[in-house]
Order: sequence, then structure tokens, then C-alpha cells
Amino acid sequence: MSRFRKELSKGLVVSNPIFILFLGLCPALAVSTSVDNALGMTAGVLFVLVGANIIIAAIRKIVPNMVRIPVFIVVISTFVTVVSLVFQAYVPALYAALGIYLPLITVNCIILARAEAFASKNTIFNSIGDAIGMGLGFGGALIIISFFREILGTGSISIFGTHLLTLPVLGEHPMAMLALPPGAFLVIGLLLALFRRMGVVRSE
Amino acid sequence: MNNLITIFISMAIINNFIVARFLGLCPFFGVSKKLRNALSMGGAVTFVMLIASVATWVITNYILIPLDVLYMRIVVYILVIATLVQIVELTIKRTNLALYNAFGIYLPLITTNCAILGITLINFRESYSFIESIAAALGGGIGFAFILTVMSGIREKLELADCPRVMKGLPIAIFVAMLLGLTFFGFGGIV
Repeated sequence: MSRFRKELSKGLVVSNPIFILFLGLCPALAVSTSVDNALGMTAGVLFVLVGANIIIAAIRKIVPNMVRIPVFIVVISTFVTVVSLVFQAYVPALYAALGIYLPLITVNCIILARAEAFASKNTIFNSIGDAIGMGLGFGGALIIISFFREILGTGSISIFGTHLLTLPVLGEHPMAMLALPPGAFLVIGLLLALFRRMGVVRSE
Repeated sequence: MNNLITIFISMAIINNFIVARFLGLCPFFGVSKKLRNALSMGGAVTFVMLIASVATWVITNYILIPLDVLYMRIVVYILVIATLVQIVELTIKRTNLALYNAFGIYLPLITTNCAILGITLINFRESYSFIESIAAALGGGIGFAFILTVMSGIREKLELADCPRVMKGLPIAIFVAMLLGLTFFGFGGIV
């Protein structure tokens, strides 16, 4: 059990996929325009990570070493197909907002990296812990980025239609640039520098 | 013809794969340290994008649609891309060793580059015709190669610049990408 907890916690901070390993930057920047999108993306990635890690850990002794990468890719893309069909059926608005970035979970480096580096060498149980930790670490980073982009870029913040807060001055004059693509680079660059300054992330 | 030019320019400049769509960021930050590597990577990506677009267009229209299995497209596309990259790698190795050495490690890595799966998914979403997919792939690839080249030129100079310790390396590269993105954002009005 302690091993499980260790695998789970490492993805959150020590080897956070976004800020420490720099994996999966593409979706982190693209869908972080609002907290809603970030939560939807996190749910999708978490499901695919857990599903793919379970299957890959289960078949790790059967799959010949030579063809393991194609096998991993097929397993991952099958789970992505499941997620995108479910989203399309039950949350069509979110499905439209995520656009091509939902099917692109297939080539999200985090998932293939965890399959190759962890699930193909460890038991199913520990692989689930690893997947949940990495998924939540990815989601946490995504939510932090999208929080700053939404609140500064639009001046207010709302989650799934529930209005939470409007900033006094920014509400009327939002910094729209942060909601645009260049704003994503600005926010993630500043956060990375801040985490280095605080000593959470090692500097080069 | 006008339509094709619009698609090309929109893919290459306005909706640039790196600075506007955030596709292919891993090779972007990884490879853009040296000008030579950037050119090889840009060439390899453009080439694979082009053949992947052609292949997935044919498969979508002559296999997936007649059989009514469009929901399988993600699995099919990624397998097609992985196979194509293998074939291209073997062919280039046999026929042109100099080119093979120029591409180096970047060719096999392209399988998991989101820009390639991205262009095939965009072609499908926008339901581009055969010729339009080719224009989109060329535009996307050339735009990708262009930004990669510009970025590597800037980063070679950046190595010598004196910047705060916490900004060194990736954070400052991300800020450069932001400035490039802002510049390209200004092209938004041309189409």
C-alpha cells in the first residue's frame, strides 16, 4: 500500500508532467483558455492514462518486446476513441470546445511515456497509482494555468455555468491577450520561472 | 485556386501550427537550439505531413466512409502514420543515405509528433478535398519549419545573453515563442 501511495504522490509535485518533465505541453497550452476546458481535458487524460496503464500492465508479459510501441499506441488510441465518443454523446459543448485536442490525447507524450517507462515494467496495482498521480499532476498544472488565463483574460471566473467571481477593474477591461494563444506562453513561462525561484523546480 | 492560396496562408501564418495551435511543441523546444537541426526537423515534418495527409484522405474516403466506420478514425490514422514513418525511413535509408543522415533521429520521432496527427484530423474536420488537404499539409509543414528556423536563430543568440538565472533555458525560450506568437497574431487580418 505504501508503494501505491508513493507512485501516486510522485506525479503531483516531484515529477509533475508539465512543470518538471515538460511532457504534454501542447494540450496544456491549447485548452487552458478556461477552467471548464481544463477540467474536461483532465477527465479525458485521466481516463485514458488509467485505462491504458491497466491494460498495458496486464499484457506486459505477453507482448513481444519488438512490437511493444505499436501495441501501446493501439491500446491508447482505443481508449481515446472511447473518451471522444462519450464526450460527444454526453457533453457536446465540451466536445466542441476541446476540438482536435481531444483526439490528440493519443499522441500526448505523458501517456506513451508512462506506458513505456512504468506500466510495461510494473504490476497493475502500482500502475493505477502511477496513472492517477500523473493524471492529477497534469490536471493540477492545467487548472493553475487556466485559472490565471480565465480570470485575467476575461476578468471573471465561472465553472460549468456557475458564476464565481468578477474582478473589480478587470471585469470591465480584461487583459484579452491572456486568453489568446500568446497569453498561454506568457502564463506558463512566468509560472515556470516562479516555481524555479521558489525552489520547487530545479534551475538549469 | 484562390481557395488553395487562402488555405495555404491560413495554415502557414495565421493558424501557425506552433504559435497559434500549439501542435508539435516538444520538438519545437527540444530541437530549436541549433539551426541545422531545425532545418532537418522542419523538412522531415513537412514531408511526413504531406504523405500522411494524402494517405489518410484516400483511406477516409475510400475505406472508412464506404464501410461506415468513421468512429475508428483515431486508431486508423495513428497506425497509418506509424507505418508511413517506418516505410519512409527504410526507403530513404536505401536510396539516399545523405538525406537519411540529415534527418537522423528526427524521422522516427515524428510518429508521436502531434502536428502530424493534427493535420490529418484538421483535414477531416474541415472536410478538405484531396487538393485542399495537400495545400493544408504544405502550409502547415512550411509554417512549422519556418517558426522552428526563426526560433533556432534567436536561441543561438540567446545562449550568449545575460538573463536571470531562473529564466535561463526553457522559460526564456517560452517567452520568445510568446513574442513570435504576438507577431504572427498581427497577420490575422490578411485572409
